Amino acid sequence: MPGETAATRTSSEIVIRRGTRGTVTGLGLSVGVILFLIFAPLFAGSGFVYDVTQLSILIVMAVSWNLLAGYGGMISIGQQGYIGLGSFAVLALSLNGVLAWYAVPLAMVIVGLISLPVSYLAFRLRGGYFAIGTWVIASVFQILISQNKSLGAGSGLVLTDLNNISPVLRNHIVYWFALGIGVITLVTTAFLLRSRVGLALMAVRDGEIAARATGVNIVRTKRIVYVLAAAMGAGAGALLILTNLEAQPAASFNVQYTAYMIFMVVVGGMGTFEGPIIGAILFFVLQQSLNSYGAWYLVLLGATAIAAAIWLRRGIWGVVDPGHHRSLVPLRHRVSVKDGYEREG
Amino acid sequence: MLKIEGVTAHYGQLIALDEMSLELGAGQTLAVVGANGAGKSTLLSLISGEKRPTRGRVFFEEQDITNERTSQRVRRGISLVPEGRQLFGSLTVEDNLLTGAAAKRKGEWDLNAVYELFPLIRDKRSRQAESLSGGEQQAVAIGRALMANPSLLLLDEVSLGLAPVIIQDLYVRLHRIAAEGTTLLLVEQNISEAFSLASQIVCLLEGRVILRGAPSDIDMGTLRDAYFGSGYSGSQQKGETK
Amino acid sequence: MIWANAVVQGILLGGLYALFACGLSLMFGVMRIVNLAHGDLGVLAAYFAVVLVNNFGGNPLWSFATVIPVALIFGYFLQRWLLDHTVNSGEFSPILVTFGLSIVIENLLQVRFGANSQYLNLGNFTYASWHINRFVYVGKLSLVIFAVAVVILAGLQLFLARTRQGRLLRATADNPRAAALCGVNAKHTRAVATSIAMATVATGGLFFAMTTSFVPPSGSSYLIFAFESVIIGGLGNLWGTLIGGIVLGVSQGLGNQFNPADGILFGNIVFLMILAFRPQGLLAGAGAPT
Repeated sequence: MPGETAATRTSSEIVIRRGTRGTVTGLGLSVGVILFLIFAPLFAGSGFVYDVTQLSILIVMAVSWNLLAGYGGMISIGQQGYIGLGSFAVLALSLNGVLAWYAVPLAMVIVGLISLPVSYLAFRLRGGYFAIGTWVIASVFQILISQNKSLGAGSGLVLTDLNNISPVLRNHIVYWFALGIGVITLVTTAFLLRSRVGLALMAVRDGEIAARATGVNIVRTKRIVYVLAAAMGAGAGALLILTNLEAQPAASFNVQYTAYMIFMVVVGGMGTFEGPIIGAILFFVLQQSLNSYGAWYLVLLGATAIAAAIWLRRGIWGVVDPGHHRSLVPLRHRVSVKDGYEREG
Repeated sequence: MLKIEGVTAHYGQLIALDEMSLELGAGQTLAVVGANGAGKSTLLSLISGEKRPTRGRVFFEEQDITNERTSQRVRRGISLVPEGRQLFGSLTVEDNLLTGAAAKRKGEWDLNAVYELFPLIRDKRSRQAESLSGGEQQAVAIGRALMANPSLLLLDEVSLGLAPVIIQDLYVRLHRIAAEGTTLLLVEQNISEAFSLASQIVCLLEGRVILRGAPSDIDMGTLRDAYFGSGYSGSQQKGETK
Repeated sequence: MIWANAVVQGILLGGLYALFACGLSLMFGVMRIVNLAHGDLGVLAAYFAVVLVNNFGGNPLWSFATVIPVALIFGYFLQRWLLDHTVNSGEFSPILVTFGLSIVIENLLQVRFGANSQYLNLGNFTYASWHINRFVYVGKLSLVIFAVAVVILAGLQLFLARTRQGRLLRATADNPRAAALCGVNAKHTRAVATSIAMATVATGGLFFAMTTSFVPPSGSSYLIFAFESVIIGGLGNLWGTLIGGIVLGVSQGLGNQFNPADGILFGNIVFLMILAFRPQGLLAGAGAPT
C-alpha cells in the first residue's frame, strides 16, 4: 500500500480458514437434519419413509451428474448406463448368494472398476461427441445385459432375496441404506472438492490451459471424477432395485434418468455443491404433482431444461449466490490478513 | 472520414483506452505506434466493430457507428487486416480472396487487381492458404481485405514475424494502395516503415495519445521517450506534447 | 454366401446412415454444435409424412416434395430462434439445449401418436428385389436409397466446394472471426447450415420410415448411427462419413447373421474398436466443414 513502510508489514498476521459463519450454520443444520432423518422411521408413516428414500436416490443421481459436468467438465448423457449396471450388479450378486444388503456396496465397487477401462475409451472423445459416446456405451451395457439369460434377458428379473423380511422392515432398511448412500455421496463429494483433486477441478473449470501450465494432471483428475460418478450412479441403481424389487433393461437403462439429472443439476445450479440438492428437491416436488400427466411431464422437464440452459445458466443457487461466495459447506480457502481485509481464495 | 471521440475501453477492470480521441481525413494515412499493451489493437477493434467502448463515440463519414456490428461496418467500407492474418487455412488462396468479397461492395478491387498487386500469390491461387509462407499469407490477408473495396483499410501489425526484405516489399504495395486513394490506418511496431508510409503519426501509451504529428516533425528521441513513457510523470501523461 | 448378402445389404444401408450423418457433422463443422436432437428431427419428419399420407392419401413418395421444403424452412428458423442462443455461451449450452429439445420432441410425439409403430407404406415396392444368385439379392428400394444418398452427398460436396454460399459456410467453419471481418452474415450462414442439416436428416428419416417401422424413441437410434458413422469414417471428411456408414451397416448386417438381436451390438463394438485403436477414424480428413 502507498506510504507503508517495511516495519508495518511484518507485524500483520495471515490466517487461513476453511470455514465461515455460514458454513458452521450449514454444517450444524445438516447434522441436525441427518440425525432427525435417522430416527424418523420410528415415528413417521410409510409415505414419509418412501418419499425420503426416493429423494435420496435423486440426490445421489444429481450429485453424481454434477460432479461429472459441473466440476469435471464432462457432459454425459450415459449415466443411466451405470445406474442400470448398479441395479443388475445387485441382482447378479444376489442370484449368486450374496445378501442384498452386502451387495449394495459391492455393486458400487464393481461398477466403479468397470468404469475405469471404459473411461479410456470415452476420453477419446470431447464435448458433444463425448456426450453421444457415453450414450453409446450405456446402450452397449443395456444390450449386453438384455442378452444375458440368467439376468432375465429382455424382461428382467425380480429380486427375491428379501422376500423373507416384512415389507415395513424392508422399507426401513432400504431407507437407511438410501440415507447412508446419500450422505456418503455428499460427504465424498465435499472431501473431494476440498482435496487437491478438487482444487485441480476448480482450476480446470476456470481455465484448462492455465491449469495444465501449473502441472495439474487433467486426464487423471477427470478419470477419478468419472469413476466416482459411475460408482455413485451404481449406488442409485442399487437403491432402485431395492425399492422396486425388480430390474428390467429397458427401464433400468432408460435415458430418462439423464433427463432427470440434467433438469436437477442445470436448474439447481451446475458446478455448485448446493445446486444438485436444490434441484433434486424441486424435481421431487414436481414429480409428485405432475406424475399423472405422463409424457407431458417430460415435455415440461425438457422445456424447462432448455430455458434454464439459455437464460438461467447458473441455476437457482447461482441466483442466490452469484459469486460462489456463500457455501453451506467449508470448501474454499479464505485468507485473512490482520489488517482487517479478508480475501478469498 | 473517421472520428473517434473520447473513447474509453475496458477489458474487465483493465482500462485499455482512456478517453482518447482521433481524427482521420479521407485519403490520409495514419500510423499508430506504441509499446505492447498501449491499446493499439483495442483501438482497431473499436473501429472494426469487434468491441464496443464503455464511453465515447466512433464516427465514420459523419455517421455514428459506435454500436454497429462488424458486418455492417464492412458494408460501409471499413475493412480490417487482423493481427496474425487469420486466414481461412483450409480454403484455397482464391477462396480466401473471394470470401473477402462477401459484403459485395462495388469497386476496383477484384481478383485480377489483387493478383496484379501481389503477383506471387497468383501462382498459388489453388493452394491451401495454410501452406503458404508468412509473407505470402500476409499478402493474402491484405488482398482479402481489399476485395471488400474498403474506403478505410485497417492494418494490425502486418510486419509481425516477417523478414525485413518481405516487409519492405509489403510496404511498397501499401504505398500503392494508399496512392489509389484508400484511407489507411495502420498499427505498427516497425517504426521506420510506418514513418515512410504515414502522413500522420500517433503514439499511444497506456491507452492515451501521448504524441501526435507528422513524421517530419517527430525526432527519434522524442518518439522513444513517448513510446516508453520515460520522462513523463503521471499527470503529464494525460495531455500531449506537441 | 449368406455373408455376401449381409455385406451387400450393409453397404446399401451405409448410404442411408451417411445421409443421417452428414447433417450432424455439417452443423458441428460450421458452428461446433453437436445437435443431440438430430435423430429426433428425422423422426419428426417421418411422422409429418405419415400425417400427410393419412390425410391426403397417395403414394408416400410424394411426401418428399412436401416434407423437404418444410424441413429447410424449419431448420432455418430452428437455428435463428433457438439454437443461436447457444452459440457464444460456452460448450455446455448447445449440448444441454439440444438434449432438452430431443426430450421435448420425443415426448410430444409420444403424446400425439402414442407408442404404436408407424410406417410409410410403399406397397409391393418395399419388397421388390433383384436376385443376383441364390443367396444374394438386392432390394430395389435399398438400392434407390443408396443411390439417392450418394447423389445428395455429392451434391452437398459440390455445394460446399463450388458455390458462394458453400464457400461462406466453409469459411465460417474454418475461422468464424475472420468470416465476420469479411462481412459474412454469421446468423444467416449458421441458419443455412442447420437448414441443410434438417433437409438431409428429413430425407433420411423418410427413407428409413419406408424400410422399417418407427416409434418416437427411434430418433435416438438415428442419432447413434449418424454419430458412429462420423467417428468411424473420420471427422472432417464427407466421403469418410459414407465409408463410415458402410462399415457400420456391414458390421450390423454381419452381426445380424449371428443373431437377430446382435446387429446393433456388432455395430457398436466395431465403433468402440475404432475409437480404441484408430480414434481419428478410417479416413482422417483434411479440414472440410464436415
